[in-house]
Amino acid sequence: MGPTEAVRASASPDPSVRRVRARRGALTTAVLQVLLTMGAVVMVVPFYWMIVTSVREPGAAFSTASIDWWPDTFHWENYGAAIQRMAAEGMNFWRLYGNSLLVATVGTIGQVLTSSMAAYSFARLRFPGREQLFFGYLATMMIPGSVTLIPVFAIVRALGWVDTYWALIIPGIFSPWGTFMLRQFFLSLPRELEESARIDGATLWQIYTRVTLPLAKTAIATLGTFTFMGFWGSFMWPLIVTISPSLRTLPIGLTVFTQRYSTDYSQLMAASVMATVPIIVLFLFNQRYFVESIKLQGIKG
Amino acid sequence: MRLSDRRKEAIGGYLFLLPNLLGFAVFTAIPVVASLAFAFTRWDLFHSPKWVGWENFVSLLGFTRSSEETISLLGLWRLPYAPNDPFFWQYLYNTVFLMLGIPVGLAGSLALAVALNRKMRGVVVFRTLYFLPSVTSGVAVLVLWKWLYNTDIGLINLLLSSAGVANPPDWLGSSQWAKPALMIMGFVMGVGGSTMILYLAALQGVPRDLYEAAEIDGASPWQQFRTITWPLISPTTFFLTIMAIIGGFQGGFMQAYVMTGGGPAGSTTTLEFYIYNKAFTVFNMGYASAIAWFLFVIILLLSLATWRFGGRAVQYH
Repeated sequence: MGPTEAVRASASPDPSVRRVRARRGALTTAVLQVLLTMGAVVMVVPFYWMIVTSVREPGAAFSTASIDWWPDTFHWENYGAAIQRMAAEGMNFWRLYGNSLLVATVGTIGQVLTSSMAAYSFARLRFPGREQLFFGYLATMMIPGSVTLIPVFAIVRALGWVDTYWALIIPGIFSPWGTFMLRQFFLSLPRELEESARIDGATLWQIYTRVTLPLAKTAIATLGTFTFMGFWGSFMWPLIVTISPSLRTLPIGLTVFTQRYSTDYSQLMAASVMATVPIIVLFLFNQRYFVESIKLQGIKG
Repeated sequence: MRLSDRRKEAIGGYLFLLPNLLGFAVFTAIPVVASLAFAFTRWDLFHSPKWVGWENFVSLLGFTRSSEETISLLGLWRLPYAPNDPFFWQYLYNTVFLMLGIPVGLAGSLALAVALNRKMRGVVVFRTLYFLPSVTSGVAVLVLWKWLYNTDIGLINLLLSSAGVANPPDWLGSSQWAKPALMIMGFVMGVGGSTMILYLAALQGVPRDLYEAAEIDGASPWQQFRTITWPLISPTTFFLTIMAIIGGFQGGFMQAYVMTGGGPAGSTTTLEFYIYNKAFTVFNMGYASAIAWFLFVIILLLSLATWRFGGRAVQYH
């Protein structure tokens, strides 16, 4: 436990002690690597099983004989069959896919834009009532989503947004969390660049777009990634505010497969693979950003 | 007229804030107040709400004198009272039960962070792999787990059978095993992830020279962890605990909807699923709001308690 054995070993002045410790450190590392590999296997096996199931011979998913880690033949046609299966339930898979992408993309842009502007305002600009308003944001962060769920639905209904893209996108944009997180990040940035831009006669909008936002790239990428994932995985809200099959999102489409008595698991897994891939790709692309920014920011801010 | 810089800055401040503040007002601030008002009404969404005072809370939390049913306190005293809404208490129990995995998940994430906080081959790959499950949560992964838990041909029972377990459990089909099944799933999906990343960040903030000093004093790795690492990362533990409590109390909807339907016999219905059903299946908005406010108060009290008792151990440097 504690810091790396290697660091401590090198800190020790006595060479023989250092050698013994280095050897012990190497052994610890080897044991750890074995344990970590075992743990990682447990993490990855479910996903592996998802993919393997998705290409199994239709119906073969139900053979109870033994665990078949590697199928003899690959049935990629399950993917097409899954799409057709959804069509039979009145849902166009690609339409749902497009809906999910559209809602997540527009929602993420809206969230990043409005909350970074608000965060810039809270972090950098002085105006009467600023502290009180920020306290209002803070105070609502602990309130469970189920408290606001019903009134937000009532408001959306009163606005005539039920069963429209507005309902899917707009309410999800304004979480106080994004504003809070970016404000903390902006506060940690040096002021000098902004000050000199201001002296050069830049407007606030120019400072915000050309100085502050570029400096906050990692935090923006983090917030954007998490927001996108939130929209992409959102389930209860789209379930409540949409009715038409043409406005449903992908997670709701997936439940089509589970609501029948006999589930074709090959098709279900094929659809799940298709739903999961964008998120994994997004994560792999952006992970270096948000691991960095969480590190930079810590939780103290 | 030329505006002073101060005025300009204030106007700019309001303008930058405006779009977000508008959304905050409409979709957060007003709904919070409205929700509290709804909790004191009977409202089905289609007729106008009717003020009923404390009725919802009495139906939810109250007990009525009863000759047949009794509640027992620790099995010692039996009181001739029956809860007005026995389902609520069952679902509260379910919600808390499913949260029992939280400390285990936190401990696991901390252990992972400690293990991955060192220079070694493959550390980046490990960090990515342990982050992955938390990224992909959602309906797709829940249906995957439903498949893994399949009684006859799910991977988990196939593995158990090949390991010699004669009668592997009917995981999601029995009220005895459904809750533990969801708990195990929550653990595998929750260990690592952003909890681990936050712990990693905290570990990297602990000054190295403290360990060197302890090393010279002959402290074992475990002693160093207990006396240096643990106290210094306690703000992170405190933050993560509160976040986990908040998340845990309002969780369980997707699992219930996708995997179990809340059953068998209500054994996997959480308060969140109950709220959804009350509001959007039977359209009892007032009652659902009352449950939501009960949740809020519990979360608030627990957070305060964590802050009060955990906060004392927290050390800032």
